[in-house]
Amino acid sequence: MTFNWKRTAFALGVGASLSLTALAVPPVQAETPPNMLVMGMRIDDIITLDPAEVFELSAGEISANIYDRVMMFEPEDLTTLVGGVVESWQISDDGKTITFKMRDGLSFHSGNPVRAQDAVYSLQRVVKLNKTPAFIFTQFGWSADNVDELIQVIDDQNFSITIVEDFSPGLVLNALSAGVGSVVDMKLVEENAVDGDMGYAWLKSNSAGSGAFSLQEWKSNETVTLNANPKYRHGEPAMQRVILRHLPEPAAQRLLLEEGDIDIARTLTPDQIAGLEGNDDIVVELHPKATLIYMAANTTHEALGNPQVQEALHYLIDYEGMANSFLKGQFDVHQSFWPAGLWASADDKPYSLDIERGKEILAAAGHGDGFSVTIDSLNTSPYMEIAQSLQQTLGQAGIEAEIVPQDGSALWPKYRARRHGLILARWSPDYVDPHSNADSFALNPDNSLEAQLTGVLAWRNAWADPGVTALAVAARNEVDLERREALYSALQRLHQRVSPFAIMFQQNEQLAKRNNVEGFVSGSNFDLVFYRNVTK
Amino acid sequence: MAVTGVKPSKPRGPASAAAPVRFLVGLLRVLSSLALTFIGLTAITFLIGRVMPLDPVLAIVGDRAPQDVYNAVYLQLGLDQPIYVQYLRYMGDVLSGDFGISIQTARPVIDDVMHFFPATLELATLATLVGTILGIPMGVLAAVKRGQLVDHAVRVLGLIGYSMPVFWLGMVALLVFYARLRWVPGPGRLDVFYEGLVPHVTGLLLVDSALAGDWTVFKNAVAHLVLPTAILGTFALAYIARMTRSFMLDQLSQEYVLAARVKGLSETAVIWRHAFGNVLVQLITIIGLTYASLLEGSVLTETVFSWPGIGQYITNALFNSDMNAVIGGTIIVGTCFVGINMLSDVLYRMVDPRARA
Repeated sequence: MTFNWKRTAFALGVGASLSLTALAVPPVQAETPPNMLVMGMRIDDIITLDPAEVFELSAGEISANIYDRVMMFEPEDLTTLVGGVVESWQISDDGKTITFKMRDGLSFHSGNPVRAQDAVYSLQRVVKLNKTPAFIFTQFGWSADNVDELIQVIDDQNFSITIVEDFSPGLVLNALSAGVGSVVDMKLVEENAVDGDMGYAWLKSNSAGSGAFSLQEWKSNETVTLNANPKYRHGEPAMQRVILRHLPEPAAQRLLLEEGDIDIARTLTPDQIAGLEGNDDIVVELHPKATLIYMAANTTHEALGNPQVQEALHYLIDYEGMANSFLKGQFDVHQSFWPAGLWASADDKPYSLDIERGKEILAAAGHGDGFSVTIDSLNTSPYMEIAQSLQQTLGQAGIEAEIVPQDGSALWPKYRARRHGLILARWSPDYVDPHSNADSFALNPDNSLEAQLTGVLAWRNAWADPGVTALAVAARNEVDLERREALYSALQRLHQRVSPFAIMFQQNEQLAKRNNVEGFVSGSNFDLVFYRNVTK
Repeated sequence: MAVTGVKPSKPRGPASAAAPVRFLVGLLRVLSSLALTFIGLTAITFLIGRVMPLDPVLAIVGDRAPQDVYNAVYLQLGLDQPIYVQYLRYMGDVLSGDFGISIQTARPVIDDVMHFFPATLELATLATLVGTILGIPMGVLAAVKRGQLVDHAVRVLGLIGYSMPVFWLGMVALLVFYARLRWVPGPGRLDVFYEGLVPHVTGLLLVDSALAGDWTVFKNAVAHLVLPTAILGTFALAYIARMTRSFMLDQLSQEYVLAARVKGLSETAVIWRHAFGNVLVQLITIIGLTYASLLEGSVLTETVFSWPGIGQYITNALFNSDMNAVIGGTIIVGTCFVGINMLSDVLYRMVDPRARA
């Protein structure tokens, strides 16, 4: 009498075939429809799509494709500021009031006409809601109390804005091209308002714009789906639908791209990019970005507070070594606070690795024997690699650096509370005007702990230089464009010499796309990415 | 909560009139133990969320926010209150069905869970089924053919399934079956062009598409399920087969098996009815635990397959200091765990010959 082999084998067989039936599904066709653009990227940073609150990279990009702004940079010419929903504007003699004339015949996705009332409502809404990006407007002296008088409807076609502070009108116009300058459909938004919240709850996950695309759906950590606006003022986009797919794993992104299930892979790692070489179906593009990586020294640290030590640090960084090895292709050396390729940037690079020079300056500062310090760094690539390189070059000059890797959610509170040593972090401008960076890197009107200027990088590092601050204010307020450019040039060079900031690198975005995809425009800033000219 | 021992069945006496009372007492005991579990669960999660050096305010306003914006949100979240006040306030909301708004999705946490959990449920259920259907016969076979080739094969397979990193296995499976052979579609629950075609009823795509009668979507969903199910199923299978084998070996060496054989019963009856009948009781606990652990969501599998499940949701929430989502998700997962344990408890009583007597 033996164990019934057959029956057990049968049971096994049934089980196996049950789970294999699914495999009998016919082969899968891998190609996206010709009028649909599918991109693989990370979209888990999105927490809102309301243009008055959007401050995250993916959301900024999406909002730029949904909303036309008061002023805009267009994909056809990313360097020239033009009117978005406005056709023309006039600046008053004192430079404080700008009067705008709306374009004729524009309409929102809802079909409602775009009127001056909508533009005024949108700008006031930003100030009244006072979410994070509102400082871009409130710096002009606008507040919930005075904004009704300072931003006014003249008639259906005209409106005016008046600033309180002495800002250059050029800067004001640039600021109106930021995400907060997006014009929302007042009628639709107010229909969806709850308890006078100006549609705040609703606009988080709905859209009310007049841009090239409208939002169909945002599924958190899954997809964002956009539909083409057939009545767009530049004509209907060729892509009827644009889908941003959340693909957190770069290797999966690459697989999907190679199989044709996505058209563009946005967040591949350098080794994935390298692996795509030799695939004729794929094209790798390089887009210079305005994102900077810098190291800053907390001046409340005993040694780091010494300006000579700050100077010495600049010579203890292996800029070229890093840019030519693990950062190759992704980052270029850049040493001033306003990125290369943008108006008024200063591209000189006075520093290179010079251990001996660094040691001499340290000795003159009375720190010839070195000191110990932490390098607070994000725990991701390439920050960790950069921190290791720094640790090594600093060590050669006797500075004993301990790397403290941490997640952003732990690093930023520390930074804002001035509890870091050396910090390794990134920065990208909030809008395309050098004041956006000068405001944070250079301008610190009150360095006291009580001032709590926690959004300002100079304050976080407890550094204020009256000369630098004065120059930053002068550049900010200068009306004449040429003089303004010269002032920013001088400011960047001064800042390079005397600040505790060592700006190191500027980012290049590497994206890979199927070779039939044309017309994808990715400008320097995170919200200068446009889908409307894409064809396949 | 896992059941480890068998309670002796109580003698049935004249107390039959008191049966409803006994039932009520039992019910109360279960309910109070449930309540205690939840209080513990929420209190600990809440506390961990508050002592972590993460700033929930910065998660909302971003790291560049000016201090006035920061302060406004700080007050709005009630973070100025002592921690026990925050906890009591939160529990008050939870009891009235309000788990708060998630930062990362800007939606009520309860909606999120209803959205992300079915994706995990679908995957976990299928994986457990595959693991059970294949794992049990393999384990039995290995025990019966102990020391023979079959046994070694099952053990090696079990070892591979158990020790191979899911992450790696998933990538390789994608590379082979999706990229090279094109038998299955890529990551995700559906091809993008099938998204949103069937109405959301249960959130289980197979059920929803079947209800809608949309068999194209159904097929696509099945095709997308194959690989992740196979990967997670292998993991379940390895565990279940290994445990079945060792339970069976234990039973087969017992004297009652010998007695049954001596009595002249067929080997099939000895193995399946006698030995396996006793193993089944322990297996139910094992399968229940496997199912429950899969329901927590396998973060790595979900990441590789871009599967929008509860594991990824809670992990992302943790990284974003999104405490409402973390606590809400934890409560749901905890409920599942407790629920499945209670279910296996019931099944256990049904199949345990001693409990039936």
